[in-house]
Amino acid sequence: MMRRVLIGNIAVSEAVKLANVDVISAYPITPQTIIVEKLAEMVEKGELNAKYIRVDSEHSALAAVYGASASGSRVFTATSSHGLLYMYEMLWWTANSRLPVVMAVVTRSIGPPWNIHTDHQDALTIRDSGWIIGFAENVQEAFDMTIMAYKISEDKRVLLPSIVALDGFILSHTAEPVDLPTTSEIDGFLPPRDPSPFKVEPGTEFAVGNLGPDEVTMELRWLIWRAMYRSKYVIEDVDKGYNKILGRNYSHGLVERYRVEDAKYLIVSMGSWSGDAKDAVDMLRDEGYEVGLARIRYVRPFPSEIIRDISSDVKAVLVIDRAVSMGSGGILYSDILRSIDRRTPVKNVIAGIGGVDVNQDHFKMIIEEFIDEFEKDEYHNWNDTYWFMPWMR
Amino acid sequence: MSLKYVPKDLDEEASEDLKLFRDKLLAKPGKGSAGKTGTWRLYKPVIKIDGCTKCGICWLYCPDDVISWRPREYPDIDYTYCKGCGICASVCPVNTIEMILEGE
Ligand code: SF4
Ligand code: SF4
Repeated sequence: MMRRVLIGNIAVSEAVKLANVDVISAYPITPQTIIVEKLAEMVEKGELNAKYIRVDSEHSALAAVYGASASGSRVFTATSSHGLLYMYEMLWWTANSRLPVVMAVVTRSIGPPWNIHTDHQDALTIRDSGWIIGFAENVQEAFDMTIMAYKISEDKRVLLPSIVALDGFILSHTAEPVDLPTTSEIDGFLPPRDPSPFKVEPGTEFAVGNLGPDEVTMELRWLIWRAMYRSKYVIEDVDKGYNKILGRNYSHGLVERYRVEDAKYLIVSMGSWSGDAKDAVDMLRDEGYEVGLARIRYVRPFPSEIIRDISSDVKAVLVIDRAVSMGSGGILYSDILRSIDRRTPVKNVIAGIGGVDVNQDHFKMIIEEFIDEFEKDEYHNWNDTYWFMPWMR
Repeated sequence: MSLKYVPKDLDEEASEDLKLFRDKLLAKPGKGSAGKTGTWRLYKPVIKIDGCTKCGICWLYCPDDVISWRPREYPDIDYTYCKGCGICASVCPVNTIEMILEGE
């Protein structure tokens, strides 16, 4: 193991290099570009023995790695926001064909208006497709999750593509110390890909995803459903194994539990701002509030069972979302509602859309208001979704 | 962790699923799986063999894979399945495939 200071984007490209990928194809888009620029440089210098395919668009980028993956290669691509939306059709092809493609999504809001700053809307547009979706809190996690994504996706019990989401600029362009495993440490953990159950190559005669009876569509989607469920176990296992090789004595798995043991109030968050939310939890703990935080690390598969466990003894839950389903509510919110005991009151706050900064004081304010409303018995009003826009008050 | 549904055997379930998935997703080609499509033909491609240079381009382009050809040999069309689309005639670089109305 060694320690280096890296920005999120470079950390992801270092992870891809350690994973020893065979084929990379991508199209540049802010704030992702540095990842694939760095990879192009690595390939050019001969540090990474991979084929780098330049393409005309993100749709082609994913189509290119789709083909490469179907022919047995370990592949990588990266994108953000509009680029991800441009790939949309191929995203579903990839999931339905069960190809273990790994992609970094550097989260960025969707225009108009043009805006390069983060929220979680872009990555969550593919929530229902069959991709595994992990959200990093810091640069170290962006690195770790990228390597783990290959192990998880290529596992025969899973065989689903993976997205590693990292917040644009907050992680992608911010330098932090990162522990990197050595090549030999990773080689034991991540052996070369075994391309079964199928590999498209000259001399083989079969079509992938040809026209079929309607039932086949339903059966294939059902099989993804089951694989998604199994992936919960695989993710927890892989996380433990990975942390062990790095000599860490913890493993968060699907959900990080932060000061939840005796918590009466549970906060749910995801992504980089969870660091600020934890600071707010610490400040409130110092003031005597019994508050804890569940940080969703993998939003697909959704860790319903764990959330139900953590929330079983709390009085109320606050879900802070950085993405919204218009006409419904926060995207984490609906998953949380489905997971916990129906009698537990849940408040939903939407914040940080378009990259609006939300710091620890804002989190503290949001959490205090939530507890205050609960204690004053005002929580029956919570059936609405609150938009946190302090500048408009 | 306490996940509510624990598959009895993760590996066993997965290998059954994988087999099913493979069978459903992948389609193997078979000869004449859509019936004797030669009966659909309106025009019949006929190779005027004298002009043929044995280049194999018609073989490469035939969308139904009904032309057989080997390097340095003449191509041969299987009329039981040739649908008469005319692609071979249009790609033949020396124009030696003629499309003739069926029944003439
Ligand atoms: S007419 Fe069409 S189907 Fe028939 S041999 Fe020519 S290319 Fe093939
Ligand atoms: S394309 Fe024309 S010249 Fe070439 S093999 Fe076919 S019939 Fe002969």
